[in-house]
Amino acid sequence: MAHAHESNTSRIWTVFIILSVVTIVEVALGIVKPEWSMVPVVGMKILNWIFIILTIVKAYYIAWAFMHLEGEKGSFRWSIVLPLVILIPYLAFILLVEGNYIHDVYSAGFVKWDF
Amino acid sequence: MEATVTTATEEKVWSGGNEPLGASYGKMMMWFFIVSDALTFSGFLVAYGFSRFKFIETWPIADEVFTHFPFLHGVDAPMYYVALMTFILIFSSVTMVLAVDAGHQMKKTKVTWYMLLTIIGGLVFVGSQAWEWKNFIKGEYGAVELKSGRILQFLDGTTGERVAISEFAVPVASDRVTHQSKDGVWYQSESGLPTYSLEEVLAGFEANKNLVVRTERLNEEGEKTVLSRAESEERLTQAVMVVEGANLVHNEYGNRLFADFFFFITGFHGFHVFSGVVLNIIIFFNVILGTYERRGHYEMVEKVGLYWHFVDLVWVFVFTFFYLV
Repeated sequence: MAHAHESNTSRIWTVFIILSVVTIVEVALGIVKPEWSMVPVVGMKILNWIFIILTIVKAYYIAWAFMHLEGEKGSFRWSIVLPLVILIPYLAFILLVEGNYIHDVYSAGFVKWDF
Repeated sequence: MEATVTTATEEKVWSGGNEPLGASYGKMMMWFFIVSDALTFSGFLVAYGFSRFKFIETWPIADEVFTHFPFLHGVDAPMYYVALMTFILIFSSVTMVLAVDAGHQMKKTKVTWYMLLTIIGGLVFVGSQAWEWKNFIKGEYGAVELKSGRILQFLDGTTGERVAISEFAVPVASDRVTHQSKDGVWYQSESGLPTYSLEEVLAGFEANKNLVVRTERLNEEGEKTVLSRAESEERLTQAVMVVEGANLVHNEYGNRLFADFFFFITGFHGFHVFSGVVLNIIIFFNVILGTYERRGHYEMVEKVGLYWHFVDLVWVFVFTFFYLV
C-alpha cells in the first residue's frame, strides 16, 4: 500500500452527511416539482438536469471517498475513471438520439400504434 | 505524474513485491471487474433511456406507480419508501467503509461489528426490493388493455381520483373458468383468470355514469390525458382484456416496456446486492475466525468493500433514472 493508514472517520461521516443531504434535496424536489424547474433546457426539464448533476455529485463522493480513489495513484485512478467517463456519455448520446428519431418516425410517420 | 514503469526492480511484477500502479493484484482485479460491470449497467440504463425516448409522451409516471409505504395502507406516499431504501444502502456503505478503516488499524472487534451492520443493511435493502416487486406485480387499481396493447385506467370524472376496478365491477354470471391442462388437450393451459372479467368491468362502467378513463398519453402539464365520458365509452369498445398488476407481458401502469425494464434492472441490481451480502457474510466469518488477523492485514475487507460501494453507486443511478427523472 502506498498510502499511510491514519483514521479517516471524520471524512467518512462528512461524506455521509453530504450524500444524505443531496438525497433529501432530490426527493424533496421530486415531490414538490417547483414551477421554475419545469422549463425545458437543452431537450430536458431543468429538474431532470438537476437530478442528473446531483447524481454525478453523489457518484463522485462514493467513488472518491468510499471507494478511496482519492488515495490511489493518479495513474491508477484515471485508468479506472476515464474509460467510464468517456464511454458511458458516448453510448447515452448515440442511443438517446436514436430513440428520439424513432419517436419522430412513430409520431410523424405511417405507423399507427395508439388505437 | 507517477511513474508506471514496473521494471525498477529485477524481481517479477507482483510476486516480487512490486505493485504496478501502486495497487495490489486483488484490488486491481476487483477494479477491473467493477469497470466492466459498470459498463454492463450503463448498457441497461441507456437501453431504458432509449425505450423511454421512443415512447416519451406515453411513458408511465414513476410517482404514480411506486406509492406504497409499509404499514401505511391507502396512504399516497410517492417515492418515500425508495428514498428510505436509498438511505439504508448509503448507510450500509458507510458502515462498510468504517469496517475497512478499522481494518487498517487492525481493530478486529470494530471490523466485526461494522461488517455485521453492513450485512443487516444489505438484507433490509433486498427485503425492501422484494416488497416493491410484490406491490408492483400485484397492482393497485387494475386497468383494461386495448387491441393495440395500450392501457386505459379508470377515474372518477367528478373528483379526478383513480378508481379500482374492484370498486365498480358488477358481477356477471359466466361459465368461463381457468382452463387447465387436465380439462383438454394436455399441452394447453392458461394462467389464472383476472379477478374480474372484461364483461364485469364494462357492465360496471356502464352502471356508474361518473366514471371516465384516462389514456397513457401525457398532456402539456405532464399528466395523463383524461377522456370525456363519450370518448371513454368509444375507446372502451376496443378493450380486449382486464389487466391487474404487472408482469413481462401485461402492465396495468402503462407501457409494458416499463415493467420489463423495472424487473430487469432492479432485478439485476438486487442480484448484485444479494451476492454482496453473501460475500460480506463469508468475510464476516473470516474476520471472526481471525483469518485476517493472522494474515497481518485486512485487505479482503477492502476488496469486498469496493464491490459493496459499487452496488451502492449503481443504485444511486437506478434511483435517479427510474424513480426521479
